[in-house]
Amino acid sequence: MMLVSGFRLSYWGFSFNLVGIVASVVILFWAVVAIFAPLLTPYPIGLIVDYDYFGPMTSEFWLGTDYLGRDMLSRVLYGARYTVGIALAGVFLACFLGVTLGMAAASIGGLFDTVLSRFLDAFNSIPSLLFGLVVVAAVGSTIPVLIITLALIYAPGSYRFSRALAVNINTMDFVTVAKARGEGTLYVIREEIFPNIISPVLADFGLRFVWIVLLLSGLSFLGIGVQPPNADWGALVRENLGALPFGAPAVIVPSFAIASLTISVNMLIDNLPQRVRDQGE
Amino acid sequence: MNGLILSVLLQRLGIALISLFIVSLAVFAATEMLPGDVAEILLGQAATPDAVAGLREAMGLNEPAIYRYFRWLGGLLTGDMGTSYVNDTSVASMIGDRLSNTLKLAGVAALLSVPLAMFLGVTSAMFRLSPYDRIISFLTIAVISVPEFMLATGGVLIFAVYLQWVPALSLASEVSSFGELLRTFALPVGILTVTVSVQMSRMTRAALIDILSSPYVEMATLKGASMPRVVLKHALPNAIGPIANAVALSLSYLVGGVIIIETVFNYPGVAKLMVDAVATRDLPLIQSCAMIFCFSYLFLITLADIAGILANPRLRT
Amino acid sequence: MKDDLAQIRDLQVTATTDAGRQIAIIKGVSFDIAKGEMVALIGESGSGKTTIALTLMGYTRTGCEITGGSVLLKGKEMASLTRAEAAKMRGAVAAYVPQSAASAFNPSQKIMDQVVEVSRIHGLMSDTQAQEKAVELFRALALPNPEIIGDRFPHQVSGGQLQRLSAAMALIADPALMIFDEPTTALDVTTQVEVLRAFKSVMQNSDIGGVYVSHDLAVVAQIADRIVVLKGGEVQEEGTAEQILTAPQHPYTKQLVAAFKPAEYATPIDEAITDTILDVQNTFAGYGLIGKDGMPAFVALKDISLTLKRGQNIGVIGESGCGKSTLARTIAGLLPRASGDIQFDGKPLQADLKDRSREHLRRLQIVFQFADTALNPNKPIGTILGRPLSFYHNMGGRQKEKRVEELLDMVHLPTSLKYRLPGELSGGQKQRINLARALAAEPDLILCDEITSALDTVVAAAILDLLKELQNELGLSYLFISHDLSTVQAICDDVVVMYNGEKVEQTKAADMMHATTHPYSKLLLSSVPKLDLGWLDSLEQDPELMRKFSDR
Repeated sequence: MMLVSGFRLSYWGFSFNLVGIVASVVILFWAVVAIFAPLLTPYPIGLIVDYDYFGPMTSEFWLGTDYLGRDMLSRVLYGARYTVGIALAGVFLACFLGVTLGMAAASIGGLFDTVLSRFLDAFNSIPSLLFGLVVVAAVGSTIPVLIITLALIYAPGSYRFSRALAVNINTMDFVTVAKARGEGTLYVIREEIFPNIISPVLADFGLRFVWIVLLLSGLSFLGIGVQPPNADWGALVRENLGALPFGAPAVIVPSFAIASLTISVNMLIDNLPQRVRDQGE
Repeated sequence: MNGLILSVLLQRLGIALISLFIVSLAVFAATEMLPGDVAEILLGQAATPDAVAGLREAMGLNEPAIYRYFRWLGGLLTGDMGTSYVNDTSVASMIGDRLSNTLKLAGVAALLSVPLAMFLGVTSAMFRLSPYDRIISFLTIAVISVPEFMLATGGVLIFAVYLQWVPALSLASEVSSFGELLRTFALPVGILTVTVSVQMSRMTRAALIDILSSPYVEMATLKGASMPRVVLKHALPNAIGPIANAVALSLSYLVGGVIIIETVFNYPGVAKLMVDAVATRDLPLIQSCAMIFCFSYLFLITLADIAGILANPRLRT
Repeated sequence: MKDDLAQIRDLQVTATTDAGRQIAIIKGVSFDIAKGEMVALIGESGSGKTTIALTLMGYTRTGCEITGGSVLLKGKEMASLTRAEAAKMRGAVAAYVPQSAASAFNPSQKIMDQVVEVSRIHGLMSDTQAQEKAVELFRALALPNPEIIGDRFPHQVSGGQLQRLSAAMALIADPALMIFDEPTTALDVTTQVEVLRAFKSVMQNSDIGGVYVSHDLAVVAQIADRIVVLKGGEVQEEGTAEQILTAPQHPYTKQLVAAFKPAEYATPIDEAITDTILDVQNTFAGYGLIGKDGMPAFVALKDISLTLKRGQNIGVIGESGCGKSTLARTIAGLLPRASGDIQFDGKPLQADLKDRSREHLRRLQIVFQFADTALNPNKPIGTILGRPLSFYHNMGGRQKEKRVEELLDMVHLPTSLKYRLPGELSGGQKQRINLARALAAEPDLILCDEITSALDTVVAAAILDLLKELQNELGLSYLFISHDLSTVQAICDDVVVMYNGEKVEQTKAADMMHATTHPYSKLLLSSVPKLDLGWLDSLEQDPELMRKFSDR
């Protein structure tokens, strides 16, 4: 955050600040956990290992046990797979659809642009959690359905964002020069527009990832996201909600896992490494 | 009011109606994607072929989707929201007073969050990069990064379980005095207000900072205007449009927030009804609740949009 | 010194970059302003002239800071005032007239409220008094309908009027010092004359001191008593207006003055050539929906005809909105014409560039005004120049590499630039790259759309020299679009004057001052400031004509 923005490191022509570095480390940590979860879990996730439920943190069970007496550490590590994996797949799909259609609409223009924009804007005016509820009620909740639903919910926003950027670039003289040279639409999109919108699109990708993580957790919390026996972090909170009066780690840890990931991504976006532009001076 | 502004307003109204139409199409289509047969699912164990065929006939499921869509839409427009699959009562009667409960919750939260967000957004834009602004930014980022259910459960843990200031559940029907009412509503309204206003204040700050970097604000400073004067007389009147837009966008968090809050607090509102209906796959109920939320949201967005247009002097004169 | 109003001594200003690095932008500047004296700060972009002027109000823009020296205004040290103390001086003692009044007026307030705001802030007089005074000032500044113009919103009056209204806003509190920050740069020449006259008349009959920031030596010559020449945050030369214009001492000043007197242009190719490269006949074009008569809703080009011979140049001049840029876009096929005929080297040219052959596209190139936006900021120069080579000439590998280096050499840039990104180049260098990219196609005709307008005087003069040199070597033709008469005169054989979408007349560039017959051309030509101290005072223009053609 900006509270400590005084600290900066410069490498390879970029300047990094402390908050950005810390946030990157946390994101990297969860990425590694998501990939290598099966190697890291001390106990099988489904195994009841403790007679007590909502057990405290001990040297045996680092993060305590859940409502059935299963090891919480293993479940949280595995939950990272579902939360990070589903959200990442969803955001990739959403941004791929949104950015592709957005650039196409901006450079083709005309009726294509008007109709698509109007339709997606209307679609965007369905509150996201509500749309999730409706789809899940109808289709049921499997992981592919969740990914597609999340992608559909966030694609219109990505479309709107990248279209606005692409429209700006499209009016620039260098695009006009390319068109005057006789270049085709595909070349203009690929070579002239895309490279100039990629950095804001990446920041938007990060934000959208956060929103998807939050929505996915919310759906799971309502019991309509990832279904047992699998559990993402939101589902872990739901399962162990009974621990709330005791303040047991079982309900607190998954909450903090979600918060650490989303806060880190937000912080990283606000503290991206900056290119040092005045090296020559 | 002149012709130009009237035509712009009509255009916005038209867009809102078209959006509502597309939304209804999307809601209907989503519930139509149900794999398998509604009748079979409803009958469960008792699904003999005869019973299924009978129920299909009775529910009109044999007609083409487009026909059923328009019949459903026509029903909605005339106030007939159909009959619940689950307990055979009319959807309208189930929603009934739950709607007013939800409106109370959302309305109070909206009324509280708009001034709160304005205050936070405007002051942190005025004192940009000051310690005050940095603390507010840090807190708002922290709150928007955290799922709503976490705020709600955290709130329950602190205020209801540890401090015992407020009850953990809000059962509006059992409230008898004003003090009790305040205590019952305080936590759900408070948490909903926080989630909505942090979004709004961030967007307000961004909109105002954008305006504060414009040449006419510099000009006002160079005329010797004080900081409050620059902000209140020059920046704010021009920021109404963007701020109205920020308010409108944040209202979608109100809808999402209401769903979570009603569930966590077991609050007898439409959102809770809808979440329960999802568990029992009561489609007519889900469709109606969804349309109520979408309609309210579109109504609010259009209102904010129109406020933004009316604030633009180029259109006003 | 005599009756000093302001004293700047060894002023230092530092800017902090995005990456947190400190850069000195003003490096020890000193000069004085006497009562009733107008001092001009002249220099190119980045010379720090506006920054210096703003320190007189105790103001620096975001990221900048006064780090040394002193700025005395009426005995007060402006460099070390608190925010509240500075606010007391701003508007009351020192007042500011901005570069673009159009964006300096608050769009949601009536003009009168903004003009009298200074008196309200400083509690100088009652609102009624202030409004009466404002109307007087409107009258003195020759604004139309002085009684009621204040009731309008900024978007309801023209740019030239807003610029004068902003002067009224500055004068309302009887300041001791007026700061004019390029106040006529955004205006057309015919409007500029009126605004300059208005400024001069209100400043002349008072003992208000003034600072006039500008890049235009000819404008400054009309209004300043003394001139301070700046470059890179340092004073190059200081002297009376007369001395700077007639006997400049410093090499940079000499260059600046010389750039204002471009060498006369002589056709490099003899008259015997009659080969026509471009022939535009009765062309109409515009924007918006096409109506029943086949014409667009807004017609920007009306019945334009012109011919250009191979190896010659034609200039198109006119004020903003006259359709000159539309003409270039129509010829290039970016805006398909609605009707008319265009022949290129004797062959018909399709209206829409999508229908043109690659050969036609190659032979006709267009170069734009803003060098920054005409180059893709994410591509190295080598790639930008290489694209037309592979696109039109199927070049690749070593051959392409070698040709890129040749092209850079042709526009007098070091070949090492090919690895750089456009953002790392100066404005003049970028415009040379733009030219090189057009040359890469090996064209017959280059459409130059205001290509020197965004550049500093000295840099622009060098680009013009380059254009001439390239023409001699390659036998090119240019269609040269500009609002600046001297630029056109420096490079063109013929000049076409446009007004309101129509071609007003066409004359030889060499003697256009005498040969023009149309009243608008005469008005336009006479409005161009000359590097001559008495030009504005001796200029006589027909007020009827001014009203008719300069609707501002």
